[in-house]
Amino acid sequence: MTYRRLASPLHAARASAGALFCLVLAAGALLEHPLLLGAVAVAVLASAAGAGVLGELGRTAKYVVPLAVVFGLINPLVVREGLTVFARLGEIPPFGQVDLTVEALVYGGILGARIVVVALAFALFTACVDPDELLKLFRRVSFRSALTATLATRLVPVLARDAQRLDQARRSRADGGGEGRAARTIILRAVASGALDRAVDVAATLEVRGYGATHRARAAHRPWSRHDLAFLAAALALIAVFAGSAVAGIGSFEAYPLLRAPVAAGEIAAAIAIVLLGLLPFLDRRGIEP
Amino acid sequence: MSSVLRVERLTYTYADATVPALKDVSLAIEPGEFVVLAGDSASGKSTLLRAANGLVPHFHGGTLSGRVVVGGLDTHDHGPADLAGVAGSLFQDPESQTVMGTVRAELAFPLENRGHGPAAVARGVEEAALALGIEALLDRSTHELSGGELQRVALGAALAGRPRVVLLDEPTSQLDPVAGDELVWLLRRLNEEWGTAVVLSEHRLERCLGHADRVVVLQDGAVACDAPPRAFLDWAAEHHPALLTPGARLFQRAGLRPTPAGVKDARGTLRGHGLLADEEAIGAVPVEPGSADPSSPGGPLAAVGRLLKRSADDGSAVAARDLWHELPGGRTILRAVDLRVAPGECVALMGRNGAGKSTLLRHLAGLQDGTRGSVSAAGRVALLLQSPGDYVLHERVGDEAPAAALAVVGLEELADRHPRDLSGGQRQRLALAIVVGDGPPPAVLALDEPTRGMDRVDKGDLAERLRAAAREGAAVIVATHDTEFAASFATRVVLLADGRPIADGPPRDVLAGGWYFATETARILGGEGGALLPEEGAELLRRRLQTLEVRP
Repeated sequence: MTYRRLASPLHAARASAGALFCLVLAAGALLEHPLLLGAVAVAVLASAAGAGVLGELGRTAKYVVPLAVVFGLINPLVVREGLTVFARLGEIPPFGQVDLTVEALVYGGILGARIVVVALAFALFTACVDPDELLKLFRRVSFRSALTATLATRLVPVLARDAQRLDQARRSRADGGGEGRAARTIILRAVASGALDRAVDVAATLEVRGYGATHRARAAHRPWSRHDLAFLAAALALIAVFAGSAVAGIGSFEAYPLLRAPVAAGEIAAAIAIVLLGLLPFLDRRGIEP
Repeated sequence: MSSVLRVERLTYTYADATVPALKDVSLAIEPGEFVVLAGDSASGKSTLLRAANGLVPHFHGGTLSGRVVVGGLDTHDHGPADLAGVAGSLFQDPESQTVMGTVRAELAFPLENRGHGPAAVARGVEEAALALGIEALLDRSTHELSGGELQRVALGAALAGRPRVVLLDEPTSQLDPVAGDELVWLLRRLNEEWGTAVVLSEHRLERCLGHADRVVVLQDGAVACDAPPRAFLDWAAEHHPALLTPGARLFQRAGLRPTPAGVKDARGTLRGHGLLADEEAIGAVPVEPGSADPSSPGGPLAAVGRLLKRSADDGSAVAARDLWHELPGGRTILRAVDLRVAPGECVALMGRNGAGKSTLLRHLAGLQDGTRGSVSAAGRVALLLQSPGDYVLHERVGDEAPAAALAVVGLEELADRHPRDLSGGQRQRLALAIVVGDGPPPAVLALDEPTRGMDRVDKGDLAERLRAAAREGAAVIVATHDTEFAASFATRVVLLADGRPIADGPPRDVLAGGWYFATETARILGGEGGALLPEEGAELLRRRLQTLEVRP
């Protein structure tokens, strides 16, 4: 997945405001209460729809959801907490005596949902926040972290193209190059071993373009637009909702020994606020053309 | 005047090597000079350029003795980032040279790194874009650009801020003849107008020799020749004939002097001798009556007729019928391509970057499915893709391909080597062994740009292998930008443009009459007699010389 400037309020916002908004949504995955976590997931999806990148998030979900399901299923096998046993599986190596509990199963589901929310929030970030602008932002703060971020963001699409080429080369081999999982493992290994060479190439290019020279880059003055302010305000308001809920004891959740996730007026209000704060910055669509 | 680049007794050994890559190299490049670096593969050209931009030793490590001074900065004390202000660099692979998301950001990046203010950055970006003719690309994403466009953008980034010297490592190796020639002309213009010194490493010397002030030849890491182009050609004729340009070989074989440094030079000499045919008559070799125009696929009925035809009955080794490749929501890559290749035929598939050559080869090999039309083959289609390194999946050469296949390409003695330790030519042969295998020979052998970065000796070896495969009955199809290579092996040339064949015929018909898609010999002789290779041209000139001698 790569950034492409689209006509949306999130794309039009400056990188610092857009990045903060996405990162706060990702931080929403720290919430454990199913209603609030669900509200964060809805906010992420609504933001993606508002930014026109729902398809990109769908592609990420294709890889992340199976992983989340695995996490969800492993939890009841390895956790021996919870009082509501719904299946006794007996002795299963390497887990030992396995009693499946509703509490462990639900908590496994919450763990999986948190993984999905974090992955989707980062997918939103990758698709909507200009990496060039972000690189300049980082460069003024820390050269090393900016270099690492640049290498990472540049390498992902380059390695994806490498994998595609290597796979075509594998299919062109007289011996067929293997099939299925074995073939994928071979390609993954080849891409991984070539990643270092690629990283060296990109790093060499950064060097000869003067990256890391002793001069300090001067930033161009850019007035704060309505979208910059809207996403900054939404991010700060979300932080306030998360922190306020925690302080007020709203959204308290206990998985063990018995499930406890009270849904009162406070939880409902917080959930509505999270969804609205995810949506509101997208309502103003003036001045969003690239 | 102080040299813009001074190399003094430079000896350098890479960190993991036992033999020095550069040995006692000394040279000086003056401001405004256009210098071509020549030499075989692995002769030290790239290392010398990397020493000049500070990557050697700051980035690559290793052991260095001697001194390199660039624009007054000693590379002992200044790393690549500091040297970037005086030396712009451009490498071979455009894909790993773009580090920003948009063209504008890419051009602004080096200027911002040098601490220029916003106004100076904006002006520098505009100037670089205008100089390179890429102003229309400024707001495009870099990942949407073609190889040629990317290379121009990378050159723009190298030139932004007007460095005193620009160092280029085979920048045209991935470009079609049009884009390659344009890039070299661009360098010449910037060299003349901005006074930027140019140091250009290049295998296809015929492309740049006419623009050069000097040629520096590296052999085994040492300077073997440092002379103006004509003197270099005289040296090469005696010491290293593989470095001679086709024009020089034409003159040498015809017994003419002085050795020409370029097409204009050669034509001037021939005109002076009265050896150039009437220029009014020069032009495209007329297409023989009755030959089909491949650019006219006919109407809907013709298209239906093509679809209904069956493959097996026409004796083709491989055939594409009314083949279309349309990207979802994007452009059309192939348009109604009809192509049949018979066993034993050697076909060169040519055309600009993005014309559809690689896509067509992938379709023929079954790696992609067309959106319309069909492909059929009489047997296996062995396809060698652009990067031989992509085929390397194991730690041993012997594990990559069967022993019999390695023996055919002459690599059986290197079976215990690591594939990454092979030279470029050896790796190409290994990839060939991998795709051909030891089973029944393939019905079709297809290669995508196999001569990138190859020197003339390796190209000659490959051409001979392809001819041998064709003699054994395989249909050989090679997508290439290299007109000299195409002329050396092909019995048929198919020229693609915008996803369709626009010319299809014997090399002497297709490659003799044009300018960009023509060999240097054909350009010198204006397509006369369909001569493509120096040997054919020399024969023509010798006959003409004899006629002139007997004429009273």
